[in-house]
Amino acid sequence: MLFYFIRRVAMLVPMLLGLSLLLFVVARLLPGDPVGLAAGPNATPELIERLRAEFGLDQSLPMQYWTYLTGLVQGDWGQSVFTRRPVFEDLMTYLPATLELVIAALVIAIVLGIPLGLLTAVYRNGVLDYVTRTVALGGIAMPRFFLGLLLQLGFAAWLGWLPLAGRFPLIGFPPEHVTGFYTVDAVLSGDWEGLRLALAHLAMPAFAMSLSPLATIMRMMRASTIEVLQQDYVLTERALGLSSRLILFKYVLKNAMTSTLTIIGLYVSWLLGGTVLVETVFDWPGLGLYATQAILTQDFMPVIGVTMVIAMIYLVTMLLVDLLYGVFNPKVRYS
Amino acid sequence: MALLDIENLGLAMTSFEGETQILHGIDLTIERGEIWGMVGETGSGKSLTGLSVSRLIPSPPGRYTSGAIRFEGQDLLQADEPAMRRLRGRRIGMIFQDPTTNLNPAFRVGTQLVDVALHAGRADPSVLGLAPGASARALKAAAKARAVEMLDHVGITNPAERIRSYPHELSGGMKQRVLIAMAMIGKPDLLIADEPTTALDVSVQAQILRLMHALVHERDIGVLLITHNLGVVAQICTHVAVMFRGRILEKGPVRAVLKHPSHAYTKALLDAVPRAHTKRGELRGLGGIDMEAAE
Ligand SMILES: Nc1ncnc2c1ncn2[C@@H]1O[C@H](COP(=O)(O)OP(=O)(O)O)[C@@H](O)[C@H]1O
Ligand SMILES: [Mg+2]
Repeated sequence: MLFYFIRRVAMLVPMLLGLSLLLFVVARLLPGDPVGLAAGPNATPELIERLRAEFGLDQSLPMQYWTYLTGLVQGDWGQSVFTRRPVFEDLMTYLPATLELVIAALVIAIVLGIPLGLLTAVYRNGVLDYVTRTVALGGIAMPRFFLGLLLQLGFAAWLGWLPLAGRFPLIGFPPEHVTGFYTVDAVLSGDWEGLRLALAHLAMPAFAMSLSPLATIMRMMRASTIEVLQQDYVLTERALGLSSRLILFKYVLKNAMTSTLTIIGLYVSWLLGGTVLVETVFDWPGLGLYATQAILTQDFMPVIGVTMVIAMIYLVTMLLVDLLYGVFNPKVRYS
Repeated sequence: MALLDIENLGLAMTSFEGETQILHGIDLTIERGEIWGMVGETGSGKSLTGLSVSRLIPSPPGRYTSGAIRFEGQDLLQADEPAMRRLRGRRIGMIFQDPTTNLNPAFRVGTQLVDVALHAGRADPSVLGLAPGASARALKAAAKARAVEMLDHVGITNPAERIRSYPHELSGGMKQRVLIAMAMIGKPDLLIADEPTTALDVSVQAQILRLMHALVHERDIGVLLITHNLGVVAQICTHVAVMFRGRILEKGPVRAVLKHPSHAYTKALLDAVPRAHTKRGELRGLGGIDMEAAE
């Protein structure tokens, strides 16, 4: 088990290496002149030459990659040619915002999706089943940014219950920085008003992102629960007097979770990749907004950095999902 | 008062083709100490009769069209779900056919065993050797101890360790022993076993039957043993009921029915049995019915 874990972690290294190379090559092959863009229309050729040297762009491509790679390991992920800020620092600023959003969306999807899936399986073709199925259909079909716009229209513009956009009031002071997750930091520093504000800002974008995974998790859970309910062992458990609640939330749940787990893992990358639009709609200062900015200015290093971070999170999630399989299904052997 | 008294039980099942009458007035009385074998071809309604006693047939599709199922005088067809739940696992134990599919694969066998013991202990603390009003903690501790004890009792070696096994780590015979332990852990007064050995290797079948026979004799309980093996009936049952298309064709003490079958169908069933005494050697010492005498 431990050996398996170490081997899996070790396997991440060549994957990330390959990915960094691929990204580097693709970014350099793309047409465009970030330095020229950053220097502005009035820059002299000498200035541009000097800037190119400063960013190491005058060196050979293998040399540039080597410099990039060694920097990667040491936490020096290059510099934005546009803002001149180190990419790694930027990532550490924007990553928590995105992770907070993705995790909130995932928590909503899991906390609502799993029990709803269980219950609609038990009371199938009932009112709850019918309503959730209809909503789920819409949830899967509707693009996230469009749902985001509808939410803004309803809850911010018309009802005025929630702030329209942003992560925190512009004139307010976010909770003291510990983890970079505003909600967590607010709790850690006992700043309840800060927590309320952070949650109010988080609610709509998180919900907009959660609807599709919520719908999928629910449907997956419903289908696997229906299958599990027909198993012989459920009849035995009923025949020996165990309560429906115990059977459903203990014995059936764990069996039905196995197939749902894969879906949850896959949704992590889907959510990360999908933050761009939602972050744009809600002006959420996360990786998506950061990447958009970088792409528009043909700024390589931030784009490579964002992609690397997302890939790392994805790979780690997949590893966690594999390990969780063993928890839910004792027949899984790690070797 | 009889332990179990099924009287004129009628059951209809609805499928997409409409409602079909499955059981046509079943009459059967089981006293303590009796082991009733129920034989009949596949689809004759044996399983649904057994499930009816525990009220495990959902409605729809099932509907009782007539009769009563009296357990110590209480009509189970009139009982509500909470009342039934108090009986299940405590007063009525059940064992099903395939041990591989009847144990929950995601849990250690001990977890399932302890939960059944806890359920039975809550209904009646004396099952776990506790006084009425025992605390939740005492119940839990007693249930755990009882689970180990029960595994030992059904012939599983190293029970304290085995209790932590997952079902897939056990052989078919061991799994059926665990399921028997689960059915018996609440000290039931009635045991319903639906083809408990059909899915097992022939070599293991005899061991499991011997175990069930021993457990039943230890405590004075009534048994409904559903099987399609007349050899099994001859070996361990005291009585037999022959089912055919939702009716009991004939019933009575094993010796009488097997010796003088009054129905052509029973005769045909008996003729279909490969010379029963060939099986006898395996079970010698059980004190079962002598098939040679029955012939
Ligand atoms: N859910 C159901 N819906 C409709 N008919 C059923 C259902 N379950 C069983 N039956 C029918 O009831 C009859 C008796 O089934 P069963 O008691 O399982 O037979 P046995 O155990 O004797 O083989 C069979 O003909 C079967 O087709
Ligand atoms: Mg059957």
